[in-house]
Amino acid sequence: MSAPKAPHRPDPTAASGSASTDRAVTATGGRSFRTAGVSRGTGGPRTAGGPRTAFTDGEGRRIGLGQLVLRYALLVAVLALMVGPFLWQLSTSLKGPTENIFSSPPSFLPSDPTLANYGRVAETIPVWEYAFNSLKVACANVVTNCVGAALAGYALARLRYRGRKAATLAFILAMLVPVEGIIIAQFTTMRELGLNNTLLGVLLPGSIGALNVLLMRNAFLGLPAEVEEAAYVDGANAWQRFLRIALPGVKGTLAVVAIFAFMGAWDDFLWPLIVLSDPQNYTLTIGLNYLHGTFANDERLVAAGTIIAVLPLIVLFACLQRYFFRGVGEGAVKG
Amino acid sequence: MKSTTAPRATSSDPAVAGPAPRSSGFGRRGPRHGPADRAGGGIRRQLPTSPWLFAAPGLLIVGAFSLYPFLSTLINSFTDRRTLVAGEFVGLANFAELLDDEMFWIGLRNSTLYVVGVVPALVLLPLLLALLVQRQIPGITFFRSAFYTPVVASIVVVGLIWVWMLDDRGLVNSLLEIVGVGKIGFLSDQWLLLMSAMAVTVWKGLGYYMIIYLAALANVPRELHEAAAVDGAGAVRRFVTVTMPAVRSTMVLVGALSSVAAFKVFSEVYLMAGPTGGPAGEDTTLVMLVQRVGTGLSGRVGYASAISVVVFVVTVALMLLVLRADRKEDA
Repeated sequence: MSAPKAPHRPDPTAASGSASTDRAVTATGGRSFRTAGVSRGTGGPRTAGGPRTAFTDGEGRRIGLGQLVLRYALLVAVLALMVGPFLWQLSTSLKGPTENIFSSPPSFLPSDPTLANYGRVAETIPVWEYAFNSLKVACANVVTNCVGAALAGYALARLRYRGRKAATLAFILAMLVPVEGIIIAQFTTMRELGLNNTLLGVLLPGSIGALNVLLMRNAFLGLPAEVEEAAYVDGANAWQRFLRIALPGVKGTLAVVAIFAFMGAWDDFLWPLIVLSDPQNYTLTIGLNYLHGTFANDERLVAAGTIIAVLPLIVLFACLQRYFFRGVGEGAVKG
Repeated sequence: MKSTTAPRATSSDPAVAGPAPRSSGFGRRGPRHGPADRAGGGIRRQLPTSPWLFAAPGLLIVGAFSLYPFLSTLINSFTDRRTLVAGEFVGLANFAELLDDEMFWIGLRNSTLYVVGVVPALVLLPLLLALLVQRQIPGITFFRSAFYTPVVASIVVVGLIWVWMLDDRGLVNSLLEIVGVGKIGFLSDQWLLLMSAMAVTVWKGLGYYMIIYLAALANVPRELHEAAAVDGAGAVRRFVTVTMPAVRSTMVLVGALSSVAAFKVFSEVYLMAGPTGGPAGEDTTLVMLVQRVGTGLSGRVGYASAISVVVFVVTVALMLLVLRADRKEDA
């Protein structure tokens, strides 16, 4: 019953579970941090300038003052590199038409912050409709992935029937197929179904991710089988066992699937770009690309558009960090 | 559908019957031979249809939109199919044409360069970053989350942010001017464009792989480090002799993940160099070429499928290469 050993896409929803990541990454908040006071080590005072101060980290390991300062300096530098560009974009989006956005030295804060650019985006492209389209696809993607992956995962993990191995293999193979390699065939399939240029067409290919199915399968396999066997003896059918006993046990994994389904759909670019041709049906990412292509010289406008696209996810991430990190762990560690 | 309790339902699953002889037909009618239980703790007796109902939606989607397109890509690569024309079997003509297609070689070159440029950075930098955020010092949770932000953002957002950052009049260039380096045309030179796109890929991937490494580092016994420190090993020495061997399998995993992703790069280059792939199309990648050739009403589905097949083959080869390199180190 080994977990699928498979090369993973860097898709954060990749299969195979591991609990250790979760613990390592998320249980870090709120640890105490004590000043260990003066450390008169074994060999007496080490520095000429009197006793050296040392701190201990959350795990009780000592950490020197110099090292601590160095660590924070590096952390702040990396922080500027990772978050700075977002803030610069936000700042640009808030600068009014009279303010010089190309000034040198650059002015990091808008002198006269205004939301006018956001209004202008909405006048240029139907940005709120695009956002609503993205929201529809993303929410539908959450529902289909949670329901479809839980059902199929349960069938693979718990139910016994002829062809189960073949079904598992089908999902593993599907997981290995690189999306980028089959987009043209997916597009012709959509055309044949008459679903190109529709939001349904955007949704369908990823609506039940093979990775999510395997992730759910592993989660169900991790539950003790005895309870379900007892329920079976008591006459519960497969549906009842699934719904009442198994499903409540895998809520965490289900949350991971939901979050990555939302993020995947909201952020997706290549597939909607190919399947949507009518600007009326654009999702937000395609709309942004359109905005950039048509009004590239209007930096304030593009900046406002990108902030509209990224803000919901940053809020989501801020609220549900735990599951984001857990998803990465479950996806990759077992490889 | 109430047959769960009926005795004959017990034989509904020959696959479970273990050493017992397989029943004929679909098993429903077959006689039972001995206990049908098997190691693994599954539930023995099953309604014959319900498991398939559970799996059906998933199988349908995956079959229709992953497995079938994969097969049809393989088949189409031997035809001259177009978006609106069914096309005929043309043998290896598409692949022969690839050899003479300058754009194909440009795409192959750029996608390969992307792997060469991005993978070492994505194997090493996130590990260093993970070491930086590993210690439980105050505020570290905030830093970890902040470093992860680019992962959460859409690649379109990330691409457009950096297009503005690296603009001739953008933030990076105005800072470079202040420092005295002068302006650099990141987005106008063919090679600088490709390198800028690589840098953006690395920037977006750092946080993701950092989390993977953090999990691996948590499993490195602390005693190893302490012993090495007692022996007088410095930080660099300990990194090479203790940390790297301990997380080597994770490094291989990250190498495999990032190389496959890098070879299939599309969005970063598409957004930064434009749909036509920069000056004279010199920044086109293979997947960009697939998208350009195969879509639209006059899309050459057959030819684009042939390029896709090359993408499949190279990604599989990359995986095998990384895994083999891993095994060699083991020996």
